[in-house]
Amino acid sequence: MATQTQVLEAPVATRKSSGLWRDAFGRLVKNRLAIVGLILVALFALVALFGPWLAPYPYQQQDVAATAPYHGPIPPLTDGHVLGTDELGRDLLSRIMDGAQISFAVAMVVQIVVLIIGIPIGALAGWFGGRMDNYLMRFTDVIYAFPDLLFIIILTVAFRETWFGRALDGLLLVFVAIGITSWITMARLVRGQLLSLKETEFVEAAKAIGVRDRGIVSRHLLPNAIGPVIVAITLGIPGAILAEATLAFLGIGAQAPRASWGSLIDDGRDFIRGDPHLVFFPALAVAIALLSFTFLGDGLRDALDPKLKGKQ
Amino acid sequence: MTVTDDQDRAAGGPAVTELPEDITIATEEGRRLAEQLQDESSRHARKLLEVKNLSTHFFTSDGVVHAVDDISFELDYGETLGLVGESGCGKSVTALSLTRLVPNPPGRIVSGEIIFDGVNIMKLSGEEMRLLRGKRIGFIFQDPMTSLNPTLTVGYQIAESTRIHMGLSRKAADDRAAELLSKVGIPRARDRMSDYPHQFSGGMRQRVMIAIALACDPMLLLADEPTTALDVTIQAQILELIRSLSDEFGTAVILITHDLGIAAGMCNRVNVMYAGRIVETGSVDVIFENPRMPYAWGLLDSLPRLDEQKGARLRTIEGLPPDLINPGPECRFSPRCPYVRDICRTTEPELSPREEEGHLARCHGTEPGGWIQ
Repeated sequence: MATQTQVLEAPVATRKSSGLWRDAFGRLVKNRLAIVGLILVALFALVALFGPWLAPYPYQQQDVAATAPYHGPIPPLTDGHVLGTDELGRDLLSRIMDGAQISFAVAMVVQIVVLIIGIPIGALAGWFGGRMDNYLMRFTDVIYAFPDLLFIIILTVAFRETWFGRALDGLLLVFVAIGITSWITMARLVRGQLLSLKETEFVEAAKAIGVRDRGIVSRHLLPNAIGPVIVAITLGIPGAILAEATLAFLGIGAQAPRASWGSLIDDGRDFIRGDPHLVFFPALAVAIALLSFTFLGDGLRDALDPKLKGKQ
Repeated sequence: MTVTDDQDRAAGGPAVTELPEDITIATEEGRRLAEQLQDESSRHARKLLEVKNLSTHFFTSDGVVHAVDDISFELDYGETLGLVGESGCGKSVTALSLTRLVPNPPGRIVSGEIIFDGVNIMKLSGEEMRLLRGKRIGFIFQDPMTSLNPTLTVGYQIAESTRIHMGLSRKAADDRAAELLSKVGIPRARDRMSDYPHQFSGGMRQRVMIAIALACDPMLLLADEPTTALDVTIQAQILELIRSLSDEFGTAVILITHDLGIAAGMCNRVNVMYAGRIVETGSVDVIFENPRMPYAWGLLDSLPRLDEQKGARLRTIEGLPPDLINPGPECRFSPRCPYVRDICRTTEPELSPREEEGHLARCHGTEPGGWIQ
């Protein structure tokens, strides 16, 4: 009888261990739209990181003389300017590539702020439940009920003169302000995940070996919630880019001569009858960025959702 | 005494284990437990476990459910005790109460004492309970498919409790985990440490659960229906594994099951539970050869037999277990008992001794001078 522990020896062949992430990635690459999104996102990141070296001209370089024959902005595909220039002779393509940097930074910084605020609040509310849950979720409701744009404008105005307000030409403040209005979805998501996960048996098993609460939440529960969190981050990025563009359009954020996509659209507004390319191309850049993140997010959701496993 | 103690220490005698640093010891009982844990050679109590008048109630919107109602039992070092009874009779709640893991709310241990190795665990703080869980008391859960965390490797999950309780480094904990994994019969244990639970079959996952439960060499193993979710052939292997490892480590086992066959094969003693009460207790031979409680007869009678007539119906105990909200003063089995008399409907019998040593039953009819022989 004691030899029974040997029974399983035979049938296990050598087989490469396939992790959860590898499985999920396998499902992701089968989704064509998600791959298109992934490639565009990678391109976006590339332009954001290396834009200054890739751009045909420095973004702030003016060539007023060159615009003289056109009595204003140079149209696309003229004089070596693929997307044309603005009324000061600044190359539009270079300016969009520089704007990509701002949009990419806003995407990252806002999501980091969302993670830093949203996950702890959601985790505390979900894990402790009861009164803690009630207080935190009502606080969340209050933030949710406050008009986002107004809140961001108040924050940026209030802190403009501090060291924080001046960091990165005031952009950091804008990014963080957007983040502070965007964590609600994340907190609610994490709370919901923990509420259902904390009833699972492996949590009970972890308690039974003496893991403390903090360890259960951080090592046992949050990793199980990471799929939906990644999806939420990816799908939250378009919102952040759009929020920044909206603020820039209203004149908050990037200061001249730098331009984000929003402020490019704002600048181009004056020329929309004669030179629509000044509005069209920055808007196209915004649209492509939003769509690519949305495609990628949808693909990630399908790939990471265990309920869809096996369906293709 | 002090001299020998000192000599012991000087000679590198009893190993002094490190306690987890993050646990604050607050109560008097906790300090006793900590001292005891640090001196591995000590055996402070005569019995490993003494449960006295334990009651665990669930406070629901319908009323108070008396899930475990005033039960008392003892367990020796290295002994295997079976807790048998049908669903909802309080077996699992008893086990959860022993580790104070009853979900609260709605559940709460309302009264009673649980003396584990001389320490009254009811007096420990919640923090101090973590000294015992996993260290002194291992727990095997019913369903291995859901009791392992799907996002953590098997190796990590086994190593986790040794890192908490034995203060092992990551490397040492991994070595220990690999050793345990091969001990529970997983081939190529080293390689499989980095696998995830979904890459293991049900039987192998239960082996992993056993490895986790035994990782810190506990004194008591609580096995809550460890084979219910497994098929019959795997069942036998898992039970054999629990038996051989508990023999090897000298671990006492409380085996919770509704399968009397398992209890008969594994246990030294059996507690039969019904409606939150222990209704009969005795050595396994006595319970199976000469049960003195009609419920135990019913349980034994309802086992399918090999010499059964083909097509014959399985025998059952008529009726349903009673509602555990506000149980009355009657014998709780009386509504289903074929031998019931008026006295059963008015007074609940005490758990009283029968002929054999250590055999107790809760039945008016089989008490000396009763009407059932």
